Amino acid sequence: MSLPEITGHQSAASVGSKTGAFSLPTSATLSIAELKATAKKIRRHIITMIGKAGSGHPGGSLSAVEIVTALYFRVLRHRVADPCWPARDRFILSKGHAAPLLYAVLAECGYIPLADLSSLRQLDSRLQGHTDCLLVPGIEMSAGALGQGLSFGIGVSLAGRLNSLDYRVYVLLGDGECDEGQVWEAAMATAHFKLDNLTVIVDNNGIQLDGWNRDIMNLEPFARKWDSFGWHVIEVDGHDFAQLIDAFGRARQVKGQPTVVIAHTVKGKGVSFMENNVDYHGKAPSAAEMEKALKELA
Amino acid sequence: MSVSLDMAPREAYGRALVEMGREDRDIVVLDADLSRSTMTHFFAREFPERFFDCGIAEQNMVGIAAGLAASGKIPFASTFAVFAPGRCFDQVRMSVAQPKLNVKLVTTHGGITVGEDGISHQSIEDLALICSLPGFTVIVPADAIETVQAIRVAAATRGPFYIRLGRPKTPLVYTEGYCFNPGKAVVMRPGKDVTVIAIGIMVAEALAAAKVMNEEGIDCRVLNMPTLKPIDEATILKAATETGGIVIAEEHLEHGGLGSAVARVVGKHHPVPLAFVAIQDTYAQSGKPAELLKRYGLTAEDIQQAVRAVIKRKQQ
Repeated sequence: MSLPEITGHQSAASVGSKTGAFSLPTSATLSIAELKATAKKIRRHIITMIGKAGSGHPGGSLSAVEIVTALYFRVLRHRVADPCWPARDRFILSKGHAAPLLYAVLAECGYIPLADLSSLRQLDSRLQGHTDCLLVPGIEMSAGALGQGLSFGIGVSLAGRLNSLDYRVYVLLGDGECDEGQVWEAAMATAHFKLDNLTVIVDNNGIQLDGWNRDIMNLEPFARKWDSFGWHVIEVDGHDFAQLIDAFGRARQVKGQPTVVIAHTVKGKGVSFMENNVDYHGKAPSAAEMEKALKELA
Repeated sequence: MSVSLDMAPREAYGRALVEMGREDRDIVVLDADLSRSTMTHFFAREFPERFFDCGIAEQNMVGIAAGLAASGKIPFASTFAVFAPGRCFDQVRMSVAQPKLNVKLVTTHGGITVGEDGISHQSIEDLALICSLPGFTVIVPADAIETVQAIRVAAATRGPFYIRLGRPKTPLVYTEGYCFNPGKAVVMRPGKDVTVIAIGIMVAEALAAAKVMNEEGIDCRVLNMPTLKPIDEATILKAATETGGIVIAEEHLEHGGLGSAVARVVGKHHPVPLAFVAIQDTYAQSGKPAELLKRYGLTAEDIQQAVRAVIKRKQQ
């Protein structure tokens, strides 16, 4: 298994100590055990944030926890003290309803104070219901309307090529999001432009708002679709850090074509009554449910 | 750059892009398989590495432009006015307008003068759509000279721009040396009895109409309003106050374009009789541009009629 080069988090400690938000060991990268512990913390943040807000999307936030945690704490080259560092790797959250997940990860990194998380979805909070890149340092793209992130990622990737910067671009799509035609316009274009600095991760949790994908709008054969669009396809267990990290390392080695990591996940992962439960796509837990969920995530 | 009398604004645009591309390496151009018509192909030929043909996929093109802008580039994205913002409205809204990105949408073949291609290709709603988006600067140049100026201003000014050009060659209403001032109306002709506020190809019609009116003893002011948004409220109110009646002329539906903007301004601050020379709540049809302008009421004669009507209402 080849691991990717790790260069992130050099300045996380200093920023964190200034804002009082830093809650990580000062090592540049986390071990698998530390990643697992961080993932649990992030799940707790997600439940608490959405529970307090009284609305939001827990299912698709919980399903992508390992994906985004692996990226920020192991894979991405980024500087917390310099969110606009031109050479940073970019993470683009296309499925903007997973905003609580990204906010929690950015807070754990030190981009925003952990205390801000409790303001999710409230008037005058910078933590909008769906991500707003003008309000939160570290957020690359405003999202919420599905299907637009990969196109944006292509632009970022092309700019890197034009500027001779070797950053990588990671775009997280939902599987349900792939109903949108724009995703496939963009998939075609990414391969056409031979953007091997761009990696898509699909949070393949199998459920969209109205039900199981197979019942609402069948995506299969999903991997073959990406393959036929000219992508290098890797399939992993999206909750297995070692597999995810390995996949990102392998994507880095692929030249002349983009890579898609189809991450098989469980919607609502980590909270028994939310797992594979369509109801929790866009429903906040009640106070009692929140307590129960946090107990499971203790 | 030299803009010749017989150059369509879109050709002036294509040639200006090349000049600007030589001056600024951050300028990049995108098209959706219409580069021979939008004239971005001149840029593509000289700067192939900075030109991205996105194929027939306007939504993706706008998203790519947004990503380029977010990474410090100055993207000009072009297609027909009927396809942007029409085909990619939500992409323009969420990926460009909401994050206030530095994307320049320059569309061609606006209005009904696209002609024989018919209503699927006649963009009569684009200004209403794009003006609905907070933060967009919207410009409709009157001729090739103003087009080049507007394109340069767009490149030099941060933020989202929409510039709408037509298909046909249009008579020059300006001479070399004209300096386009964004957000400002231009007094094309002074006058005290009534004001015609025109935009795009209707500026030339308005000037022709004013000349006839003058012969009838009506002193007709003509304003060119190249920047539709943000609208020049001060000059509109000055016209309302000083001339007491306004005719608005535009190659667009009566609702949602220049007429709506002017009505909003005078309605709020200084109501005066208004008349609208625009396409009524209907779609047009195939035909030669001149035939269509006549059939759908967008000629100098239609402006004259509207002026007479406004003068009559003023006197009542």
